[in-house]
Amino acid sequence: MMQDHIYDLIIVGSGGAGLTAAIAAKQKGLDVVVVSKTLPTHSQTSQAQGGINCAVDQEDIKAHIDDTLKSSRGLGDIDVISLMCNEAPSVIKWLDEIGVPFSRTVNGNIAQRSLGGASSPRACYSSDYTGLKILHTLYDRSIKDGIEFINEHMLLNLIIEDELIKGITVLDINTSEVKSILAKNVILATGGYGAIYDGHTTNSIASTGDGVVAAIRADVNVSGLEFVQFHPTSMLGSSVLISESARGEGGYLVDQEGARFVDELSPRDVVARAIYTKILNGDKIYLDLRHLGLEKIMEAMPQERDLALKFSGIKIEDELLPITPAAHYSMGGISTDINCRTNISNLYAIGECANINVHGANRLGGNSLLEIITFGKVAVNSISNDNIEYIAPKESYILDSDRAKIDTILSSDVESNFYDIKKSLSNVMFKDVGLFRDQSGLDEAHDIVINIGGQYKRSGIKDKSRVFNTSLVEYLQLGNSIELSLKVIDAAQKRKESLGAHFRSDDES
Amino acid sequence: MNLKIIDKQYEIEEKVDTILAALKYIKSSSNQELTFRSGCKSGVCGSCAVVVNGIEKLACTTSCNDGDNIQALKNSQVIKDLVVDMSHEAKRLQNATGYLNINSNSSILQEDEKLIDIQSNCILCHSCYSSCPVYEVNKDFIGPFALTRAYRYINDKKENDVKSHVDAIQTNGVWDCTLCGNCSMVCPANIDIKNDIMKLRNKSAQHGYMDPAFSSNTAGMDFGGGFDTGTPDFGFNPNF
Repeated sequence: MMQDHIYDLIIVGSGGAGLTAAIAAKQKGLDVVVVSKTLPTHSQTSQAQGGINCAVDQEDIKAHIDDTLKSSRGLGDIDVISLMCNEAPSVIKWLDEIGVPFSRTVNGNIAQRSLGGASSPRACYSSDYTGLKILHTLYDRSIKDGIEFINEHMLLNLIIEDELIKGITVLDINTSEVKSILAKNVILATGGYGAIYDGHTTNSIASTGDGVVAAIRADVNVSGLEFVQFHPTSMLGSSVLISESARGEGGYLVDQEGARFVDELSPRDVVARAIYTKILNGDKIYLDLRHLGLEKIMEAMPQERDLALKFSGIKIEDELLPITPAAHYSMGGISTDINCRTNISNLYAIGECANINVHGANRLGGNSLLEIITFGKVAVNSISNDNIEYIAPKESYILDSDRAKIDTILSSDVESNFYDIKKSLSNVMFKDVGLFRDQSGLDEAHDIVINIGGQYKRSGIKDKSRVFNTSLVEYLQLGNSIELSLKVIDAAQKRKESLGAHFRSDDES
Repeated sequence: MNLKIIDKQYEIEEKVDTILAALKYIKSSSNQELTFRSGCKSGVCGSCAVVVNGIEKLACTTSCNDGDNIQALKNSQVIKDLVVDMSHEAKRLQNATGYLNINSNSSILQEDEKLIDIQSNCILCHSCYSSCPVYEVNKDFIGPFALTRAYRYINDKKENDVKSHVDAIQTNGVWDCTLCGNCSMVCPANIDIKNDIMKLRNKSAQHGYMDPAFSSNTAGMDFGGGFDTGTPDFGFNPNF
C-alpha cells in the first residue's frame, strides 16, 4: 500500500525540474517517487522552444548575471542569479552527456543563438525543440535509472504539522480515490499558473498552479505573484507559441502598414507592450520571417513553420503571420532561499512554481530551462542524507476533508455549468490583470473574481463517474485558478509602480 | 456540423477549427461526461492522440470537418471514452533500452547531431502503437516508438555501447515488424519509423544477428552473415 510506505522524497511534477531532481535523488540513493498529474512527458517543458542560456567564458558569465539582474528590475537576488549563471556550463555539459542532442556549429561546438535582452548569443538549442528534447532525454534517463512514477495523480494538499512536511494528498484520476503519500521530504515542481489566463495563454491547460495554491492553503510563503510574463508572439486565435528564436534568428515585427515599430530583441515585456498598444489601437501585428528564406527557416525553426502551417494555415517563408501577446510564464510562486527551501522544514520548491528570485519582475528567454535543471539539482543537494526519523502525521484531517470534498462534489446536484465561470475568469484576468493594469481595473477584477468564487461554490459537475473523471479534475483546477487569481490581483493591487512585466498604466512616476 | 464520437452523434453549432476544439465544445456545453486527454494544444505534449476517420491524429492539430468519426486509440485498453491506458509506455522503453547506456565522450559534429534530429522529435503520443498490426496481436512486441528510440541512441555518436541496444531489440523486436509502414504514415512528428526499423535490421546484421524466419528457412546453409536487405527474399511484400 502506497499509504503505508514512507518515501525519502516525493517530487510533485514531472517536467524538467521534477525529472532532474528525481535523477539526482536516485543518484544520491534516496527512495524517491515522482507524482505527476499527467504522464511524464506531457508537461509544460515540452513547449520550451528557444534555448537554454550558458555563457561562453568568465567574462560572459558576468554579462549573463548582469543581463538577468537587469531584466529582473532589481528584484533578482544576485547570489541566486550568480549561482545559476556559474552553474550553466556544468548544466549544459551534464545535459549533453546524458544525451540531449544540442545543435552544433560547423566546428562541433554547441550552437548558440541570441534571445531578447541578452548581450551576447548564449542560448544553446536543439533546433526549436529544445525543451522537448531535454524533457524526453531526462525521461529516458529516468527510465534507465528505474525511477518510480505515480502518474495521473493530482496534488490536492500538503500535509504539514509543526512546520514540518509529512506528505501530500492526491486525487487518483483513474479512480477518483483520494490518497495520502507520505515522505520525509517533498519537492514541489508543479509548474506555473498561466492557465488562469485560459484562452489567452501559450501554456498547457494543466498549468493551473496546483502546487502554488496548495502551498498558499498550507501557509507556505509565496511572492511575486503579480509578475506574469506575456510572450510577445503567440499565434492570433490559437494562442500557440511562436518562439523568441524566430526574432533571435532575425525575424521582424511589423504592423499592418508593413512598418517595423520596436526593437524585436528588447526584453519580452517591452516588446509585448509595444505590440499590444498597437493592437488596442486597432492595428494588426505580424511576424515577418519571409526574408530569412525557406532553408534557414527549416534549419533553425522547423517547429514554428509546422505550427504556423497547422494552426494558421500560413507558410512563414511566404506570408506574414498574425500574432498577439499571451500569458506565458509565472515569475512569482513559492518563496524559497538559495537552497530551494521554503519556510516549511523539508519542503522545497523548484522551477516555475517557485520564486527563488532569479527572474524577478521579468524573465529572460533561455533562463527558465537553465533554472529548472540548475535548481532541480540544488534542491536535492540540500536534502539531508542522514537517515532522519519520520514522525507520522498525528491527525488525518487533511486526508479526511479532501475525501469528504471529493465525495460531495461527486454526489451533489448541479444547476450551473462551471465551464461558463471558467471563461469569465480568464477573460477578466486577461483584460484587467494582463499587460496593462490600473487601480480601477484591478479593483473591478477583484470584485468580479470574488463573485465568480461564489458562483463556483454553487456550481459543480454533472459527470458523477469515478473513472477518469476529467470534469472533476477541471473543476478542482478551476477552484485553484480562482484562489490563485485573487492572490495575483491582490499582489498587483499592492504594487502601485510599474516594474517589468507588471505595468501600471496609472503609475505617473 | 455533425460529428460521431465513439458511438454517439453530436451537433456543433459553433465554428470550431480543430478536433480538440470540438471535443472541448461538446464537453463544456452538451455532454460533460465526454472524456479525453489534452495538454499543450500545440502538438508537442503528445496527450491528445485519437483516431479520426480510421487514422491516428493529434486532436489539437487536426482540422475538424463535418461527418468526422472520432474514436479512441486502438491496441490499448480504453479507460473511458477517448482515454486509453498508456502505462505500457515505460515498459516498452525499458525493454528497448531507449536511453544512453555509456557515454563515448566522442566529439559531436553537426552531421552527427543531424542523424538523430528527427528521431528525437518523438512526443510519445502512442499513435504508432495504435496503428501497428503486430502490436495488435502481440502485446510483447517492443513496438514502433520504442524501436525508434533505440535507433536514436544506437545512431547517437555519444553512445559507446551500441551492442546492448542491438541485443535488446532482437526478441519481440526488429524482426517481428511486418514493415507495413502504418507507423510512419500516422506519426505526427513525421518520423519514418519503418525506415528506422529497417536500419535497425541492418545494424542487427552487422552485429551478427539474422532474421529468425530467414535463418530457420535456410537451416544448415552458411550465408556468411553480415548482410541483410531488411526484407525477406521471398514472399510478397506490398511495400516494395
